[in-house]
Amino acid sequence: MSGFLDNLHHSVTLDKDKCKGCTTCLKRCPTEAIRIHDGKARIIRELCVDCGECIKVCPYHAKKAVTDSLDKLKNYKYNIALPAPALYGQFQNLKDIDYVLNGLLAIGFDHVYETAKATEAVTEYTKKLLVCGKLKKPVINSACPAVVRLICVRFPSLVENILPIIAPFEAAAIAARRDAVARTGFSPEEIGVFFISPCAAKATTIPNPIGMNVSPVSGVLSIKSIYMPLASAMKKLKELRPLSEASLEGVNWARSGGETKALGNIGRCICVDGVENIISLFEQIEDNEALDVDFIEALSCEGGCVSGALTTENGYIAKMRIVELGKAQKEKLKDMPVNPVNVDEAELDWSRKVVSRDVHNLDSDFKAALKKLEQINKIYETLPHTDCGSCGSPTCKCFAEDIVRGMAEEIDCIHKLKEKISILMSK
Amino acid sequence: MAHKLHFDIDGTDFGVAGLASSNFKKVLKQLGLSNEIIRKSAICMYEGEINTIIHGKGGACDISITEESITITFTDNGPGIKDIERAMQEGFSTATNEARELGFGAGMGLPNMAKYSDKLTINSQEGKGTTVEIIINLA
Repeated sequence: MSGFLDNLHHSVTLDKDKCKGCTTCLKRCPTEAIRIHDGKARIIRELCVDCGECIKVCPYHAKKAVTDSLDKLKNYKYNIALPAPALYGQFQNLKDIDYVLNGLLAIGFDHVYETAKATEAVTEYTKKLLVCGKLKKPVINSACPAVVRLICVRFPSLVENILPIIAPFEAAAIAARRDAVARTGFSPEEIGVFFISPCAAKATTIPNPIGMNVSPVSGVLSIKSIYMPLASAMKKLKELRPLSEASLEGVNWARSGGETKALGNIGRCICVDGVENIISLFEQIEDNEALDVDFIEALSCEGGCVSGALTTENGYIAKMRIVELGKAQKEKLKDMPVNPVNVDEAELDWSRKVVSRDVHNLDSDFKAALKKLEQINKIYETLPHTDCGSCGSPTCKCFAEDIVRGMAEEIDCIHKLKEKISILMSK
Repeated sequence: MAHKLHFDIDGTDFGVAGLASSNFKKVLKQLGLSNEIIRKSAICMYEGEINTIIHGKGGACDISITEESITITFTDNGPGIKDIERAMQEGFSTATNEARELGFGAGMGLPNMAKYSDKLTINSQEGKGTTVEIIINLA
């Protein structure tokens, strides 16, 4: 057992003052990780996958992601920004990605290394691994940390299907730091590498890396938090240095289908986005051997990373811009040599096995677990099956299990309370 | 002691089939069973359900879980299986044209169930119905 249960740091947190204890996030959490206690939402750490759905749906904006601020740059002698390609889609009337990159230099970074550029290394290696035929089909992409964690919590039998390589932003961090060491003479520890992220899931990979012990990324800044200073700096740029090396394929990783498109002809592929859609699909993948699928690109956010919880723009509008900017890059770079991404294939492999989280088990003793299952069923039969959420659990089935686990009491059910009151009143 | 589950299988509704499987898998996780057992059970459940719909015209699924084994029993009042031995052959299928058009009829259902279970018993009477019982050992 490694990684997941050791340090369950999450980036998704609650602003208690704003929380009204409504049932919105409770019902929408894909892993049933939320409970309402004493009128406030609580996240069960073992079940949370940091998908950020609760952040997106909270009507009172009480759910937040904890990310780093530009202050963290002070900890390093040399700072590199790794913009997610989703960042490029946040700006109105942007015709050239170089504005964004020059802007990042203006707000405090010494260098920029595009995550879109690093996708080239990941795509090449993925193609190679898919062709060699040793991976279990269907191969599921590993670029979305929320999907990997969702599999670990809810689809443990699919853990072996996950493409066992690091995500582009991690590859970018390795390459960027290596290049910077060679270029500047600073030691690796003196170089800060900051991912500009559209989502909470990626922020969580710093304290809780997937497939490795230590993340090469020094910190994560949300797109939301740097949008204003960046946009302002972009407007004031006096010169525009040609910095962008991102290919059309790399830029399109920001939208669903981008990773698959970059792979070209690798067989039968499914692109699925949106947590609920992924869940329905994965249930089918678990059951139906005959589906004959080679590769699945699954992204937790509907539309892809452009719809991440920490972006500022509507995902579909951003997607439109991404497609346009990708084409502009292709035109701009068509006669330029393609620089390699300075990272070895061995560095792309997971250095630590990813294991499923055993969070559903009722009891380590099978007989005791069977007994508890019976108890859950018995209690469930007496509940109204309305899944109203008033008890603080997302469904009656969940509530019955919470009672048996000692996390809730039958009296928490408003319907049962009403029953009891009317019995008392009739006496 | 046995934990029992019952699912009605609607012969006209393919869409609902997945729900039963999902609930069943959740129970297996609550019992802490291995990924291998969950996978085998899910596949047997799926194949049995599909067969009950497209051949049996609907029926029921009863599951019994004990410390020793998982028993999944599919029952229907459909046309019955004329030749059970042939039905077990890979590639052989009596699926209707309609079912084949939907992608079924590859003839791998029963062979897959046999592959992933420890014991497969079929009882059938032409014109009366079919019972398919799968046992997956846990001990």
